[in-house]
Amino acid sequence: MFSITDTDIDIAAAKQAVSGNSCGALVTFEGWIRDHNEGQAVDRLEYEVYRPVAVAEGNKVISEALLQFDISHAVCVHREGLLELSDVAVIVCVSSAHRAAAFDACRYIIDEVKTRLPIWKKEHYSSGKSEWVNCQHCASHQ
Amino acid sequence: MKNTVRYFAIFREQAGLEKEVLEWPGGSAGELFALMAGKHALLQAQAAALVAINDEMSDWKTPLKEGDEVLLFPPVAGG
Repeated sequence: MFSITDTDIDIAAAKQAVSGNSCGALVTFEGWIRDHNEGQAVDRLEYEVYRPVAVAEGNKVISEALLQFDISHAVCVHREGLLELSDVAVIVCVSSAHRAAAFDACRYIIDEVKTRLPIWKKEHYSSGKSEWVNCQHCASHQ
Repeated sequence: MKNTVRYFAIFREQAGLEKEVLEWPGGSAGELFALMAGKHALLQAQAAALVAINDEMSDWKTPLKEGDEVLLFPPVAGG
């Protein structure tokens, strides 16, 4: 299951959602807000999400992972809105009988979420400037 | 033909609006993007952008129908 939240991600609830007696492994990935990017000091970060498509596409990614890997359960929760340093921006939890499949599926889910879902982040720098991530580079590739 | 066009993130800022109704001869999603990129000086390569039609992910070659709502997504950056 994939979901978007505008409040703190409940990490314990995400882990609980993938628990099960047949599971011998839990792999989690947390994406955190860091204080720098490409040489610039970052103060905070803002996520814009188009929920109708993001949730549908996110659930599609989870379904793909459940089909492609020998896993039991998978959950991903992504934040929207204004986030401060060290806040959790995204969490992926995958459980499986054995660890290898959970590692692979967790990597698959976060990689697909980053490239397919309509989610954008604007970094606010210590310099007072702000920039949409990925967009400035694309402009220069025209 | 009429299509509603919606802009997100940097596209919204560059276009200066969230949505508009376009009257045009019709064509593919990619042709619509090229038209609107020229009109609003959207400084993004189409290959890095994504498109959804009526809230479903699509591709630039898809022919548009009367009344379709086209969502222009600049390069995404989740995670």
